[in-house]
Amino acid sequence: MANADCIVIQGSNMAECHPVGFQWVAEAKARGARVIHIDPRFTRTSAIADTHVPVRAGTDVVLLGAIINHVLSNDLYFHDYVVAYTNAATLVSEDFVDTEDLDGVFSGYDPRTGAYDSESWAYQSRAEPQVPDQEGGIQGPTGDEPDAKTRAHAGGHTLGASGAALEHAQVVRDETLQHPRTVFQILRRHYRRYTPEMVRDVCGIPVEQFHEVARAIVENSGRERTTCFAYALGWTQHSLGAQFIRAAAILQLLMGNMGRPGGGIMALRGHACIQGSTDIPTLFNILPGYLPMPVAGEHDTLEDYLASIASPLQKGYWTEAPAYTASLLKAWFGDAATPDNDFCYDYLPRLTGAHGTYQTVMEMLDGKVEGYFVVGQNPAVGSAHARMQRLALGQLRWLVVRDLQLIETATFWKDSPEIATGELRTEDIRTEVFFMPAATHVEKAGTFTQTQRMLQWRHQAVTPPGQAQSELDFYYELGRRMRERLAGSTDERDRPLLDLTWDYPQDEHGEVDGEAVLREINGYHLTGDRAGELLSSFTEMRADGSTSGGCWIYTGVFAGGVNRSANRVPRDQQDETAAEWGWAWPMNRRILYNRASADPQGRPWSERKKYVWWDEEAGRWVGKDVPDFPADRDPSYRPAPDQGGPAAISGDDPFIMQSDGKGWLFAPKGMVDGPLPTHYEAQESPVRNPLYTQQRNPGRLVYPRKDNLWSPSGDEPGSDVYPYVFTTYRLTEHHTAGGMSRWLPYLSELQPEMFCEVSPELAAEVGLENGGWATIVSARSAIEARVLVTDRVRPLTVKGRTLHQIGLPYHWGIGRDAVVEGDSANDLLGLVLDPNVHIQESKVAACDIRPGRRPHGDALLRLVEEYQSRAGITAVTGNERLDEVTPEMAARRAAAGSGQQAPAPDETEGEG
Amino acid sequence: MAGNGSSFLGWPVLRQLASGDLLGRGAAVTSRRTRETEPRTSTADRVVQSVCPYCAVGCGQRVFVKDEKVVQIEGDPDSPVSRGRLCPKGAASEQLVNSPSRQTEVLYRAPGATEWQRIDRDTAIDMIAERYLESRRNTWQELDDKGRRVRRTMGIASLGGATLDNEENYLMKKLYTATGAIQIENQARI
Ligand code: SF4
Ligand code: SF4
Repeated sequence: MANADCIVIQGSNMAECHPVGFQWVAEAKARGARVIHIDPRFTRTSAIADTHVPVRAGTDVVLLGAIINHVLSNDLYFHDYVVAYTNAATLVSEDFVDTEDLDGVFSGYDPRTGAYDSESWAYQSRAEPQVPDQEGGIQGPTGDEPDAKTRAHAGGHTLGASGAALEHAQVVRDETLQHPRTVFQILRRHYRRYTPEMVRDVCGIPVEQFHEVARAIVENSGRERTTCFAYALGWTQHSLGAQFIRAAAILQLLMGNMGRPGGGIMALRGHACIQGSTDIPTLFNILPGYLPMPVAGEHDTLEDYLASIASPLQKGYWTEAPAYTASLLKAWFGDAATPDNDFCYDYLPRLTGAHGTYQTVMEMLDGKVEGYFVVGQNPAVGSAHARMQRLALGQLRWLVVRDLQLIETATFWKDSPEIATGELRTEDIRTEVFFMPAATHVEKAGTFTQTQRMLQWRHQAVTPPGQAQSELDFYYELGRRMRERLAGSTDERDRPLLDLTWDYPQDEHGEVDGEAVLREINGYHLTGDRAGELLSSFTEMRADGSTSGGCWIYTGVFAGGVNRSANRVPRDQQDETAAEWGWAWPMNRRILYNRASADPQGRPWSERKKYVWWDEEAGRWVGKDVPDFPADRDPSYRPAPDQGGPAAISGDDPFIMQSDGKGWLFAPKGMVDGPLPTHYEAQESPVRNPLYTQQRNPGRLVYPRKDNLWSPSGDEPGSDVYPYVFTTYRLTEHHTAGGMSRWLPYLSELQPEMFCEVSPELAAEVGLENGGWATIVSARSAIEARVLVTDRVRPLTVKGRTLHQIGLPYHWGIGRDAVVEGDSANDLLGLVLDPNVHIQESKVAACDIRPGRRPHGDALLRLVEEYQSRAGITAVTGNERLDEVTPEMAARRAAAGSGQQAPAPDETEGEG
Repeated sequence: MAGNGSSFLGWPVLRQLASGDLLGRGAAVTSRRTRETEPRTSTADRVVQSVCPYCAVGCGQRVFVKDEKVVQIEGDPDSPVSRGRLCPKGAASEQLVNSPSRQTEVLYRAPGATEWQRIDRDTAIDMIAERYLESRRNTWQELDDKGRRVRRTMGIASLGGATLDNEENYLMKKLYTATGAIQIENQARI
């Protein structure tokens, strides 16, 4: 980041949420970089930035789309990069129909399920008949399930690192970019109406300011210069959040800012190991290394499973998935895993739909879940619709909370707000609760993976106090005792647990050796001369059972038997890449796809941005980083048409994990709600979608239930009952739900009380006083907060109308144990999810605000109900998948395989 | 308020002139107590390299240990990520370790009970293991409603991981998967 010439921070308050990371922005600025902050609120990030652009929350696709349109219409993109390294020149199937022609839906939409069949988005194939039909090689994103609720793929995560399987890489390209079905021309047409005037009317950004941003990006991109984007949850927590990020990716590819120093899109992640817990996932839909969890009916055999990940004829390293999978199963099931039994593939449980945390909470409310482990999280405060979370906890038979302090999730049975309202009574709550004290980061040894994929080993400083223990020790012990109880069982269902490799060395305090686990993750040679040796790279993994490895992307962290995550060469003793501090996956590469930092012939695009290049004499890629490319592949190398896998990567295909080696401007697969980002309004929005009749993302996941109501949007009757927009965010001094901060005296003193940020204009409009109290009411709940009247929040003018936004930090919760307590902003939110990653929309919703404290007890419930009935809300409100269109449009949609009518969702569906 | 030396030379004005601290805001006005105070960092028995447990920037930390207690946590100047800096959270992490309200005992709340009771950790883990296996039995699905083999339990869920170590997430996912529990989630989706 320090090498960027322009930094656009959008959907993130980096200075306050990643303060120490922000020094690199300051550093870049000191070196002359332009810094732009695009955010609804003026924050400390804006204060450092050269320009702050206030934007209406949830409209980022319009802004980014307009910049895309601007660079395409005025030929300002990085032509040579775009032609060589992206799929701009690739032709898309004749069956593809864009949202521009179908009034807000793409071809292949099924209104019955709310899901797309992405077949019509495919590339046109050059050699249809020559390509063997890979059975299962292409799977629609919905499988054969008719019900959106059962959609198993959280596509963006499942295919997080891979893109998606293509049958082959035999695509048709027109490098003049003139053919109307090239991705380039499709992109052009798609964003044609995303104009500066549209930005003004949708985002509330004046035309001159739009041009200022566009100019800064254009002037700071190309051979000599690079622009970097940084985002955080301001982009992800939306009903089309994954598409926000895609929009930035398209722009960055068009400007040639991927795989180059000072370029890229930085995801600023919020937790010490949130990257790691995605790589080695505690997530329902993936296995370590982004291998999918098997889905019943789609992945019944190992063969089906592997075919769905990659076809052997596509390009890149995903074709080696059989080796990664076999190695994982060998690491888990040891000698029991053999080629003859498909390495115990049958031992893996199967998904039949989405089993994410929000779906699970609804199942809890329905009494289907008996036991729940909550490990270093505080859903009673920190999850969206926190009220629903707390009510669900009371339906469990047993709950294990592992934490440092008695967080609200552990004490919900005695002091949750629902006890105060009379909805819950302690004596009636049957849940057994175990509170298990955890170890802090200094009381155990292990690795965190930080936001740039770097693993850093933490040495243990002291042993945990009292009965506190690490998760490593707890889960090892739990597993050991369950295995002991089942020993000798002949029940088939116990085989996976009994065959599990579960034998880790312990030290004199009985603590499990974390390095032994990291070695298992790294993987071993199991047979031959090198048996027992640690693998040095994932390229050594084999599909025949001769290697093991618990997470292929982490292989190499223990290369040569050395724990490389513990590397600690001081920064002043190495260069800027700092390759000897920690270890970044894959293979200690610090910039992914860095082959793109050189031109197609392998020469640096410019001296100034030199990073990795082809050394003709040595016949190798060399440079400042580990080349993210086959080290000896000549830039002029071209594969034979029948080659697949790594061998099929051309010398000028930098995007080696993509199935065609190119950066995807258009996603023919992998995104479940459309191949291109398109603007939809948020689930709750005071504004009608000016681009399409279709108001909201038709692919979003909705849960029409009486305990999950939505305010009317746009000009619908009742929308004026909740006239304001609120957005939630973090503060420097607190950490998510407060479990690690509201119990600390220093931090509590720095930020003692829940507050709301409002503009002086809004304060005057509703009579709010700085330092006084306000009550904020949404269609789900009402909370109170101290009022902070500040110019940092500015009213926006959207289509001539003044629109107020309210800022709410979300760190507080109601309990008795913390140093500071307060209402939780998450109580205001409902559940609507992005279909790609199943994340909730918490960055934008509708509310009313009034002076004074909220009522208590039953009166609180009555206040919320009074608003609901005034707005005329039912469980259907806001949950329509398709909005009504003209008969001609309906017919056009039907012809494109996108159904024709909007059935009302079943009101009782999923009711608990 | 103790004087800075007892002689005439200890007079403040002279001290300010002699030490070059003309504004009297530095060495000239330090008290004996201050001069005799040694930073906890210099009396520590050992210093251990660690990483901040809050956000994903991954700032380097130096943990100072004395008599098997953490006495101070500071930024690690060697770290190329953070160059010695910590934000208020990272700087407060010593309190995370030594917080007076920190729980170090296992607590159990029985169905319908209005208070916690203390139990032994060993007993608690045994109880949890039993409940795990029982819930798994109660809610086991060998086949789904379409007759496809799923071999799993929908009766056990888990939330958490983003604040934990990779090694811990690995053991959790491995154990849960082997027992057939699939509703395993963490902050990455929140
Ligand atoms: S508040 Fe404390 S941590 Fe933050 S900049 Fe000031 S002195 Fe440093
Ligand atoms: S010190 Fe602050 S910026 Fe650094 S990792 Fe910790 S929380 Fe993040």
